[in-house]
Amino acid sequence: MMLKIDNLHATVADKPILKGLSLAINAGEIHAIMGPNGAGKSTLSYVLGGRPGYEVTEGSATFEGQDLLDMDPHARAAAGLFLGFQYPVEIPGVSNVQFLRESLNAQRKARGEEPLSGGDFLKLAREKAGLLKLDMDMLKRPVNVGFSGGEKKRNEMVQMGILGPKLAILDETDSGLDIDALRVVGDGINAIMRRPDKAVLLITHYQRLLDYVQPDFVHVLAAGRIVKSGGPELALELEREGYAEIAA
Amino acid sequence: MSVSTLPTRRDEAWRYSDIDAVTAAWPLPAPESIVVPAGGDFKRAIVQDEGAIRQIEMSIGKGATASLHVLNIGGAYGRIELDVTLHEGADFHLGAAQIGGGAQTLEIVTTVTHAEPGATSRQMVRSVLGGTATGTYLGKVAVARDAQQTDSEQDVKAMLLDRSATANAKPELEIFADDVKCAHGCAIGELDGQVLYYLQSRGLPPAEAKKLLLQAFVAGVFDGAEDEEQLQALALAKLGELV
Repeated sequence: MMLKIDNLHATVADKPILKGLSLAINAGEIHAIMGPNGAGKSTLSYVLGGRPGYEVTEGSATFEGQDLLDMDPHARAAAGLFLGFQYPVEIPGVSNVQFLRESLNAQRKARGEEPLSGGDFLKLAREKAGLLKLDMDMLKRPVNVGFSGGEKKRNEMVQMGILGPKLAILDETDSGLDIDALRVVGDGINAIMRRPDKAVLLITHYQRLLDYVQPDFVHVLAAGRIVKSGGPELALELEREGYAEIAA
Repeated sequence: MSVSTLPTRRDEAWRYSDIDAVTAAWPLPAPESIVVPAGGDFKRAIVQDEGAIRQIEMSIGKGATASLHVLNIGGAYGRIELDVTLHEGADFHLGAAQIGGGAQTLEIVTTVTHAEPGATSRQMVRSVLGGTATGTYLGKVAVARDAQQTDSEQDVKAMLLDRSATANAKPELEIFADDVKCAHGCAIGELDGQVLYYLQSRGLPPAEAKKLLLQAFVAGVFDGAEDEEQLQALALAKLGELV
């Protein structure tokens, strides 16, 4: 099993947000978590990503058998976890290319692999930028500075392509995207992550991303717990009837 | 600039200094004198890496340009003091970084005098301070009565890596002409936790993430330096000791 979350409880500023969440994801699977505002969707992604300020008070999360919650954020990345941010940050003065090359090589070093040369890295970056239809010139610019909302999200996916994680947790990657960009991002997720040895956890409010990235399982998160799970048809049911009906 | 009696903390220009270190170095040698002739073009990089008080007096002649790049990083006490006089239409540029940790005291103290009309001066100073280090920039820009069309700028920023570090920044303007542009900006801050987390989530260990951000913070000051790469490398090595 790739990710196993068991009875997870977490607080933010002493306020309980996750209240006994359990979830299991196998390699080769794409899971979607949907739910109303305030249900704890983003908290779940940050807890799994190890963001400071998110405190686990009970329960466990293991990634390929390792205790995920005991690892530093950069060690989680090296182990193969990628977090796609709902609000990617801007970093003036630091180019995408430099940042990603150093990040990738830090991950490789942690795994005992040789660093990628400048030439090989640029080749990889060019390929993934092409996949997401992001101009290579944008990768030479400072991270997300002056990028539109859609470009930031596509840049997140380019980063995912370059870093090549085993598990991607994508927090509202569809928010802020127009219809064309949504298709590009959806195609990118499929091309990069739909493989027997990889898995995805999509966190979203809306059904529309799921038209492009067909999930194997859909879960409804409400008040800090998974209240219902099903197949892709559950997403359509939610879209039709609303969260209030299903989560009740 | 030359001080005949041992300064104390009551002297404004020595207010944040390590007076014990100043006492030990007393009496100071005469300041170094640099004269850039009319129409000349002068460039110099100064690396202070062992603890020293460096005093430089510089006169920039009519229509001449001078550019100084300073890296102030070494020793328990490092002070770079510049007294620059600009003549008609002269141009002065200072790009300086001071990077200190432990209990270091680092200072850049400048007096830039626009003595005649139409001269320009640009000062860009970046400080990165950790531990209980103190970093100070005191920068006076003086504009004489007939130095019209003076254009001067002071751009000063400091980054504190620990809450126990101290940054002092004091731009000071003394203007006797009425048709001048004297801009000054100053900011003191710390690394953004959200940005640091973002970098770490991509696999960078905390020290590498900080180094990357600090490198970007000081990078601009060495733009145009002849030995820019060497200055960047020295700055990066010093940053690596701090994070």
